[in-house]
Amino acid sequence: MSVHKPLGGRILTAPFIFFGIIFLIGLYFMAQRFIYGMGAVSNLNGGFAWGIWVVYDVVIGTALACGGYALAFTVYIFNKGQYHPLVRPAILASLLGYAMGGFGAFFDMGRWWQFYEIFLPWNWNFNSVMLEVGLCVTAYILVLVLEFSPAYLEKIGAKRLLKTLNKLLFLFIALGMLLPTMHQSSLGSLLIVMGYKVNPLWQTWQFQPLLALLSALTMGFSIVIFEASFSTVGFRRASETPLLAGLGKIILGLLISFLLVRTVLLVVQGNLGHLFAGDRASLLYVIETALFLIPVFILASPVNRNHGGRLLIAAVSMLLGGALYRFDAFLFTLNPGVGYRYFPSVPEIMVTLGIVSLEIMAYLVLVKTLPVLHREEHA
Amino acid sequence: MKRRDFLKAAAGAALCGAGTAAQARPNLQPAEKAVGMLYDSTLCIGCKACVAKCKEVNHMPPVIEGDQTTWDSARGLSAKTLNVIKVYKNGTAASKDVEVNGFCFEKRSCMHCVDPACVSVCPVTAMRRNPLTGIVTHHPEVCIGCRNCMMGCPYDVPQFEYNKTFGQIQKCQMCNQAGVERIDKGQMTGCAEVCPTGATLFGPRKALLAEAKRRMTLKPGEIYNYPRGDVSKPYSHHEKVVPAYLPHIWGEKEAGGTNVMHISAIPFDKLGMPPLGERSPASIAEGVQHTLYKYMALPAIALAGLTYVVHHNTDDDNEGGES
Ligand code: SF4
Ligand code: SF4
Repeated sequence: MSVHKPLGGRILTAPFIFFGIIFLIGLYFMAQRFIYGMGAVSNLNGGFAWGIWVVYDVVIGTALACGGYALAFTVYIFNKGQYHPLVRPAILASLLGYAMGGFGAFFDMGRWWQFYEIFLPWNWNFNSVMLEVGLCVTAYILVLVLEFSPAYLEKIGAKRLLKTLNKLLFLFIALGMLLPTMHQSSLGSLLIVMGYKVNPLWQTWQFQPLLALLSALTMGFSIVIFEASFSTVGFRRASETPLLAGLGKIILGLLISFLLVRTVLLVVQGNLGHLFAGDRASLLYVIETALFLIPVFILASPVNRNHGGRLLIAAVSMLLGGALYRFDAFLFTLNPGVGYRYFPSVPEIMVTLGIVSLEIMAYLVLVKTLPVLHREEHA
Repeated sequence: MKRRDFLKAAAGAALCGAGTAAQARPNLQPAEKAVGMLYDSTLCIGCKACVAKCKEVNHMPPVIEGDQTTWDSARGLSAKTLNVIKVYKNGTAASKDVEVNGFCFEKRSCMHCVDPACVSVCPVTAMRRNPLTGIVTHHPEVCIGCRNCMMGCPYDVPQFEYNKTFGQIQKCQMCNQAGVERIDKGQMTGCAEVCPTGATLFGPRKALLAEAKRRMTLKPGEIYNYPRGDVSKPYSHHEKVVPAYLPHIWGEKEAGGTNVMHISAIPFDKLGMPPLGERSPASIAEGVQHTLYKYMALPAIALAGLTYVVHHNTDDDNEGGES
């Protein structure tokens, strides 16, 4: 039998209704986008062709959805079976996060009605990073569906199918580690061709994929801690701190590597001067680095690692740091040339908030109705 | 393979990937029979005949600002304006082609890069560089509208029609798009054809580059016989005093070079040209991509390793009795 069980309880709670309302507002503007075109709801322009729909929904959203990816490494490569209970909720969160990213990419597509052109092999341009991202994210969403399907199959009692799936699961788990490695690094590679438009503090050229990957892994682990702590508080379940404390060490290693690579590159690529320019970009860089350093200091001490509250602070700080890293590079310090400015419009923001709300609503419904969270006695 | 070995190998592969990418492919070279244009800012009188002609060729309406209806008042490139003349003004703007207290004009339209970023980034090959002429064309029938070409173009040339329900990318295709095909028919570009001073000159890239280099060697104050139309078969000439050219042919080398080149008496950064080096960013990006994904070898090895380790470890779990 499964170690997981549905949480049960009412679906129509106050938070659910709140998110539902936000979603409906978002839906209204999204309908406008499809009827009148993107210009009707967004502030996108000739220089800023990518706004928050790409940068938040896809680039940051999928990094926040790396929990399943990060945890898979811990459980299946480092063979830390004790983390197994966290896997299924993490996979669900990843599935929803990536589904949101995929959907975001779709309604951001200027020519969405021919989206399928990217799946036709005779159109493929193998020089294109965007091709890798598009195909690889799609494949990963399918893998996540398969990885999560046992929860549904258990519920409907499809024992035979479940058995076959479990036999093949190792293959999907392996793919579930390979694919994010590929597209999360590619999301960084997207910046290379943008050349001078990307601020020198973020333009690391061929090291973009490495930094993107390291930060995505950090964010993946942080979100596992965040979600586990949150469901402890939100659903009044037993604390999982001892379990999470161990993750702290891995994160510490990742954080230090990320900061080290970035600092070395800053010096080697001759951009140290920009750090002391005292402009907006240098300030953002400092804030970002601070957000990455706070967790380093917290996690360096074993006492802190076993302290639920501090662990949560570290996780939140890392999530903000990773998100800011992406925002800064793709949006906040982007310079497409004279005359172009961008700040998201209210409808644009509402569409993004609506999609996030939908994601949260789906999570709430699924953990209550499907065996996702593990049983208390195994905690 | 032991887990530890696998991790070591994986880390090693990652480092190799980051390292060898440094030896990415070189910049692409100009197409064999590349055609282009030479825009000589010192000849331009700002009449915008080229802007009007471009609209006619591409069936685009003029942009009207306020109640003046004599001129197309487009200030920048957009999905309705593929070619625009901009003004540089400084101080009193008293004399032409002088940086301080002077003014001059500058043309903006697709530069038709030799190593075009828009072509490199397009996932569905909707941006194409013609292997013979080097002309960069757009093919909306396969475009998904991801707008990576806009983000990749150093000159912000491709423009999306945000205000249409079913919009598309618009860019200058050197008057050679399907249905127009002026170049294939042996004509020149619309803008070069109507230019009264030869400021916009059409022709083979090689000939244009030679012409630009020749102008660099002229002495300011001399009289030079400037051609109009197509540099290889000008329909007329006119004599004019040579200005003090800057010894810089924009597009000879910038980001791998362009087929549309500019010369001027005022530094190009003042005229709004981007800060580009000689290396094309597309070549760096493709180098990284092809190092990591060559024959899908690295991903295949990684998948094999991961599958092995996962299989091994999940077996352990089962033997241990998961619950
Ligand atoms: S100027 Fe821009 S649109 Fe034109 S070829 Fe170069 S990258 Fe492409
Ligand atoms: S918007 Fe169209 S042409 Fe431009 S990169 Fe995307 S698919 Fe290619």
